[in-house]
Amino acid sequence: MSEAVSTLKVSLWRGGSDGRFKTYTVPLKANQTVLDIVTWVQRHLDPTLSYRFACRVGMCGSCAMTVNGRPRWTCRTHVTKVIQNGMLEVAPLANMPVIKDLAADMRPFFEKWVAAHGTFAASKTRTDAIEPIKPDEPARRAADEAIECINCGACYAACDTVRWNPDYLGPAALNRAWSLVNDVRDSDRTSRLAAISAEGGCHNCHSHQSCQEHCPQSLNPTRSIAGLKRLSMQAFVRGEINA
Amino acid sequence: MNARLYFWQRGSAALMVPMIVVHLAVIFYATSQRLTAAEILSRTQGSLAWGLFYGAFVLLASIHASIGTRNILCEWGRLKSGSAGAVASVFGAALIALGLRAVAAVVLP
Ligand code: SF4
Ligand code: SF4
Ligand code: FES
Repeated sequence: MSEAVSTLKVSLWRGGSDGRFKTYTVPLKANQTVLDIVTWVQRHLDPTLSYRFACRVGMCGSCAMTVNGRPRWTCRTHVTKVIQNGMLEVAPLANMPVIKDLAADMRPFFEKWVAAHGTFAASKTRTDAIEPIKPDEPARRAADEAIECINCGACYAACDTVRWNPDYLGPAALNRAWSLVNDVRDSDRTSRLAAISAEGGCHNCHSHQSCQEHCPQSLNPTRSIAGLKRLSMQAFVRGEINA
Repeated sequence: MNARLYFWQRGSAALMVPMIVVHLAVIFYATSQRLTAAEILSRTQGSLAWGLFYGAFVLLASIHASIGTRNILCEWGRLKSGSAGAVASVFGAALIALGLRAVAAVVLP
């Protein structure tokens, strides 16, 4: 680490949903991430500061917070790239209950993964022969594109439709469902399509692409959801699902 | 919004697109030919074709608009889907009644 060159005023959310921002002065260093700043405050100024992280390298998806109004993975967000007028404001992710300080309660987010049938349902057993999967088939490509989600919740926090309709499954759960309906090894296709076609399902999406704009993995949940709408309509017209 | 409502909303929109083109063409024709109200009525009154065309248009527009209204009431009005559906159904029924009345006024002899 290089020498501290100057300081930065950073406002961190403190308390529950009825909390408020508190401002701290922290040393500004080269190549500092937003997570580094939050950690510095906890180690040097206030050990009661609560926040969540694990891998620090953009793999686990646990460190997302609202940084100057936008959802971001804080471990891979350089402070110098997001500073506005010399200020940094960090809050918990939006569209989720606040546990304390910078830690949002991600339970509703993951409950919706379950509601969208986000679990792989094997169609074979371990005694069956391994099924060869061609990597360049269109369905496999679609599944592979969507599968890199790290469950960070940035898209969910950025989605207006989630804010307006608390029952909306949201971009991440639907993107996961899209990945699975394109997996030829999965056996839960029809009931998954029924789940994402119900009230609160994929048809609520307004296609305004905030999710795609904010996904740190550069995934495109909007496109996945458009694909689900198409499959859902085919299944509805054929009478395979009723909604 | 579920698959059934989506089907009816997008389906009604798709059917209305060509009808809107016809509707606009009729307006342009009537204005460019400087048709009077009496001349227009003489063409529409007793016409089964115009009655069916605009009758279907009213039904489709009412379906489309009431499903959209239900969404707006849910998302921006914070109504539960049941009450939003009830309000939107009343709105849709009113659109049908007013629209069919207007169609009747120009096609009934
Ligand atoms: S495109 Fe759909 S899922 Fe993505 S932010 Fe917009 S409404 Fe939400
Ligand atoms: S789709 Fe992107 S933004 Fe959404 S949870 Fe997955 S990785 Fe995060
Ligand atoms: S700490 Fe794991 S993604 Fe940021």
